[in-house]
Formats: sequence, C-alpha cells, structure tokens
Amino acid sequence: MKLESNFKNMVLVLTIISLIAAGVLGSVYQVTEEPIAKAKAEKQQNAIKQVLGNFDRLEEEVLEGITLYKGYVADEFVGAAVEASENGFGGEVKIMVGFDKEGNILDYAVLQQAETPGLGTKMVDWFKTDKGNQNIKGKNPGEKQLSVSKDGGDIDAITAATISSRAFLGAVNKAYAAFSGGDVNAVSGAPNVHHQSAESASCDSLQSTVADSLSVITDSINVIND
Amino acid sequence: MKSLNVIINGLVKENPTFVLLLGMCPTLGTTSSAINGMSMGLATTFVLICSNVVISLIKNLVPDKVRIPCYVVVIAAFVSVLQMCMEAYVPAIYETLGLFIPLIVVNCIVLGRAEAFAAKNNAWYSALDGVGIGLGFTFALTLLGAIRELLGTGKVFSMTIFAESYGALIFVLAPGAFIALGYLIAIVNRLRKA
Amino acid sequence: MNKLIVAPAPHVHSGDSVRKNMLNVIIALIPAYLVSLYFFGLGAFIVSATAVVSCVVFEYLIQRFICKQKTSIGDLSAVLTGMLLGFNLPSNLPVWMVVVGALVAIGVAKMSFGGLGNNLFNPALVGRVFLLISFPAPMTTWPKPTPLTMSYLDAQTAATPLTLMKEKGVEALPTLWEMFIGHMGGSLGEVSALALLIGGIYLIATKTISWHIPVSILLTVFVFSGILWLANGEVYANPMIHLLSGGLMLGAIFMATDYVTSPMSPLGQIVYGIGIGIITIVIRVFGSYPEGMSFAILIMNAATPLINMYIHPKRFGENKK
Repeated sequence: MKLESNFKNMVLVLTIISLIAAGVLGSVYQVTEEPIAKAKAEKQQNAIKQVLGNFDRLEEEVLEGITLYKGYVADEFVGAAVEASENGFGGEVKIMVGFDKEGNILDYAVLQQAETPGLGTKMVDWFKTDKGNQNIKGKNPGEKQLSVSKDGGDIDAITAATISSRAFLGAVNKAYAAFSGGDVNAVSGAPNVHHQSAESASCDSLQSTVADSLSVITDSINVIND
Repeated sequence: MKSLNVIINGLVKENPTFVLLLGMCPTLGTTSSAINGMSMGLATTFVLICSNVVISLIKNLVPDKVRIPCYVVVIAAFVSVLQMCMEAYVPAIYETLGLFIPLIVVNCIVLGRAEAFAAKNNAWYSALDGVGIGLGFTFALTLLGAIRELLGTGKVFSMTIFAESYGALIFVLAPGAFIALGYLIAIVNRLRKA
Repeated sequence: MNKLIVAPAPHVHSGDSVRKNMLNVIIALIPAYLVSLYFFGLGAFIVSATAVVSCVVFEYLIQRFICKQKTSIGDLSAVLTGMLLGFNLPSNLPVWMVVVGALVAIGVAKMSFGGLGNNLFNPALVGRVFLLISFPAPMTTWPKPTPLTMSYLDAQTAATPLTLMKEKGVEALPTLWEMFIGHMGGSLGEVSALALLIGGIYLIATKTISWHIPVSILLTVFVFSGILWLANGEVYANPMIHLLSGGLMLGAIFMATDYVTSPMSPLGQIVYGIGIGIITIVIRVFGSYPEGMSFAILIMNAATPLINMYIHPKRFGENKK
C-alpha cells in the first residue's frame, strides 16, 4: 500500500531520496573528475600540436588577454601557438595560430565560432586551402598584409562572407602582434618589418618582462597598421 | 507476450515523436546529423530505463502529494550521472549535444512515462516500456537526423552520398528541422491509416 | 445551415475570374521582364523560363498523382508564381537550384496547405527564402548588368547597392538614376524601379490591386529611413536609395499584394503595409542580412489572419455602434 501523504512521511521520503541521489552523484563525480580534466587538457594539447607541430615543453604566457604557448624542442625555441579572438558576424571568433620562430604561419585551428553555417564557417579550412590567394599557411604577417583583398590586403575573402573573413584575419594579426612582441623584443625594436634570423631568437629574449613586451606590442601593432 | 507488446507499443503505436509528439525540443534541436540524433536518443533511452525502473520500485514508498518532486529528483540524478560520464568518456559527442543533455530532465517523455507507466506497473514492465519508448525516440531522431544530414550536406552518418555543394543548408538549420519533421509526421500518419 | 442567402436572378457578372486577374499581373510584369532581359541577357531568360515551367509541371504532378484532384494549372496562378520566383533570383543561378526553389514554392508553400486560396505564405517568396538560406553563396552573388549579354553561369558578378551599403558605407553606391532605370546588380526582376512602377500603375488602373498596400509600404519605408537619415546622414542612407534598391518595389507592388496572403479590408491592408515597411528597414539597417523585404512580407503574411480578425470590412447596411 502507498504511504500516507502526511507531513512526516513527505519530509522523510524527500530527504532520503535527495540524500541517496546526492550520494550517487558525489561518487560518480569523484570517478569522472580525472577523465574530464584529462579530456579538456587533451583537447587543448591537440589544438596546440596541430598548429605547432612537435615540441617537448610548453611555456604559457598571457599578454593583454592573448595567450601564447611557446614550444621548445630540446630547450630550443621552435615557435608558438597563440590564442586570439575577434568579433565576427555571429559573435566571437576564437582561433589558435601557430607561428614558427621566424613568424611564418604554420597552421591554425578555429576553437570557437558562431558564424553563418555554409558561409562564415568555411573559415575552418578556407584559409589553408591552396586556391587563388586564400592560403595563409607559410605566410608571414610581418611581410604580407594579411587582410582581405577588398580592403587592399593580400588574401581572398571567403565567398559572400567578407565580415567573417575580416574577423578571422584580424585575429591572426592580433596573434602575430602578441607573438612578435613576446618573442623579438630584446633583439630588435622594429620586429615586424624584417623577421628575425634563426640565431637571434634565443631563449634569453623570452624572459623579458611583461612591461617590455607590451611596449613592443604597441609598436608592432603600429607597424601593422602602417 | 505482454512483454513484447509493451516494447512494440513504445516503438510504433505510441511512438513518442511521431504519434505522441512529446519531447519536441531535443527532437528539433539535436537532429542536425544522424549521429547527433542517435546519441541524443540513446542518452534519453538510458535515462528512461533507469528512471522507469527506480520509480516503479519506489512507487509504493512515495506519498502521492510529493511524487512529482521525487520523480524529478530521481530523473535529475540519472541525467547528471549521464552528463558526467559523457563529458569524461565521449567528450566530442558531449560537446555537440551540449545543453540538450541536462535538458533531458525536463523532457516530457521521461516524466510522462514515469507518471503514466512506471507508477502503475512493476519494475520489469517499466524497464521494457523504457526500452520501447526509448528506442522509438532513438529511431525517430536518427531518421530525422539522417534525412536532415542527407538533404543538408549530402552525407549520412558522415558517409558522402552526393557532393556537399548540392546540399540545401536550410535542413541543417532550425527551419529545416520543422519542415522535415512536419513531412515525416504526415507520412507516418498516412502509413498508420493505411 | 442556410447562412449563405443568394438573391434571386438576374445577377450581373463582372467578368472577374482568377485567370483574368492572374493574366493582368503577368502583363504588368512584362516591362520589368524586358528590362531584365536587356541587362542580364540569356541568364534572365533561362532562369525565368525554368522557374515558370517547373512551377507548372510540379503543380500538375502533385495534383494529379498525390492529391488525385482536378488540375488547376489553367488558372495561371502557377505561371505567376514561377515568374515571381524567377524575378527574385539572381540570373546566374544554376538551373537545378531554380527547380528546387519551384518545388518548394509549389509543393511546400502552396499544395501542402491545400492549393490556391489556402496558402498562408506567398509561395514564390517561400521558394526564394528557402533558396537564400540553403544556398547563401550563389543566392547573394549577382551578375553585373551587361546589356544583352549571352553569358549565363560564368557571368561577371557585382554587389547590390544594399550589400555595398552594409559592407562599405553609403558612399560606394551607384547614382540614383542608374538605380531608377535598373542599371545595378540584383535579382533579375527587381532592378528597375521604373519598369515595376509602370506595371504597378497598370495594376491599379485595371483595379487588379488596390493602392493601399504598395503605397503604405513605400511611404513607411520613405518616412522611417528618412527619419534615420535626418538623424545621422553619414551612417544611414538617403531614403531614395532605400526606395530604389533591392526587392522593395517588386515586393511592394507584386509580392505583398497577393490576394490570398494579404488582409482583406483597406484599413487592414494599410496596417499590413506599414508592418512590412518597418520590418524591411529594421532588417536592412540593423540586421545581418542586407535585404529584408522577403522576410518582412513573410512575417506580415503570418500576421494576416490576425489582422483580418481584428480589422474586418464593415458589412453592408451595418450601423456603427
């Protein structure tokens, strides 16, 4: 027979059920906590690996809200994966761009975007397809003007999605500004005009203070704007 | 014999999507591809079976006036378990289904079956009802997902049937979900009458 | 059940019929069609012919084999739907997309609702919006107007004034005269305001449509965009540009005035027109799509039953309370 709906029974049953549910959830949480953290870390690692290639060690640095992951192979700087974002057509476009130590773009990954499906979403592989002037891989934002050809740049925009293309390339340029600022500051005052030679990008230059880096970022942004 | 009837009832006669028109929010929201629809269907099936069994076991211990809160706590607990497990072991699917997993709690199908079936039958039949309704839901979502994926991108389960440039993008977006579901329901009704 | 009381004979028949009205609209579309043939050449012919033929064929097939009823293609409504659909497409659209658009217009928007007279939305517009959302890239690359060109799929492309405005601001526009006669990028039937106005005047003169809907739409657009322009002339375009660009003229004169999907009473028609005008400008100025005319008409189509419910024509002989 069913329990009677009096106050004591109702409180008792609800409490017991809630307690059991809480107990079950707690134990499941404990079991899954580690795999969840691992899956999240792995996702980020995979993105870095995709845009940067091989590395032994990573160093994380945050400059003006832009995160740089610097990769080292046997303690030698090989390049950096930079997370940058820009407002697109349907919200924030967040990308990760990999630069080699000379500032050439290795690869990129789109981490987050809400562009129009079929148009803006093509950015996921549009800018690494070899067709016309749309590939940015291997190009150096310090030498080429990475903006859409409608704005006088060197890159073909995604068909019918100029705004998304602008946002994407804007984020790439931001990433480069942060990259060159964090990398080259100790060696050269005007890092973007000519890229650094391989030797000069020593590890020492990376240990510069954040304040130094910031001033160079503004410099490099100015250079880009010029 | 009754066991079989219970399952078939959920699959065909009371198919939650095509006949009862329950759970329309995940139906429309997650079926942009066949695999998404199937994952959502299976996730709901898991919750349905577990909650049906537990609710039918505790049905005599729960006072009538607080039965709905009790059922919701049971369902919510299973959904949270499912959510954590998916996030840990199948993060890719978890990411695409995203918000819709926690929303299983308020899915009318789950609470509806708890109230309409599990609270009146024993645990064995309730489990079977969960299987039947769950598979019916999964079948409907997979079918809808496959149709939308095919018309929208030219693929089914990521296998290319025709070139993607011939796909009508609208079927991947929300309006396409309504159009495809409407015609599916019309066809199913026609077949049921025949 | 004897609610319809018909007076005894003799009756005077006005000679009105579905067929005659449809024919009038088709005649009114001819000037705009000639302009589009001139500017877009072969492409305009292929696209419009495909649209008309496939609309008629789909209507016939659906009525014959799915609905199993007498066919009604003789009333020319499918021909008109096809023409309007073609007018709303860029003239370099591949044939198969035009056929898909016709299938949606006739199959989904018209026959699924029960055929002519029962459709809630303008079929040609449903076809166009379906194509716009499904194939956004081909639907938003318009051919450059080149007099009497023979190129079709390989036509040179040009942006429409509205796209230019969204992307580059107001100074990149063609001159008002070019926009008035139709020398600009756009869907094949929408470019020439002049030709569309001629058609509109013919329709009003033959009493095929009343003036309420087109005038209220155009006036609302003019006033609303004028207010924005006066508020900040550097950001917002001149109201004349809004009047002459995009599908506004085509929509106001030919699409919004569809008998089935617009309100019945004159007052209701004005409310409907104002709604379309406001929504169009809101989408054009603040939305992410450059053109909002077709969405505006569809939204107001949906509101039409509501308008009809609240604003119904006064019954003959009824006294004001």
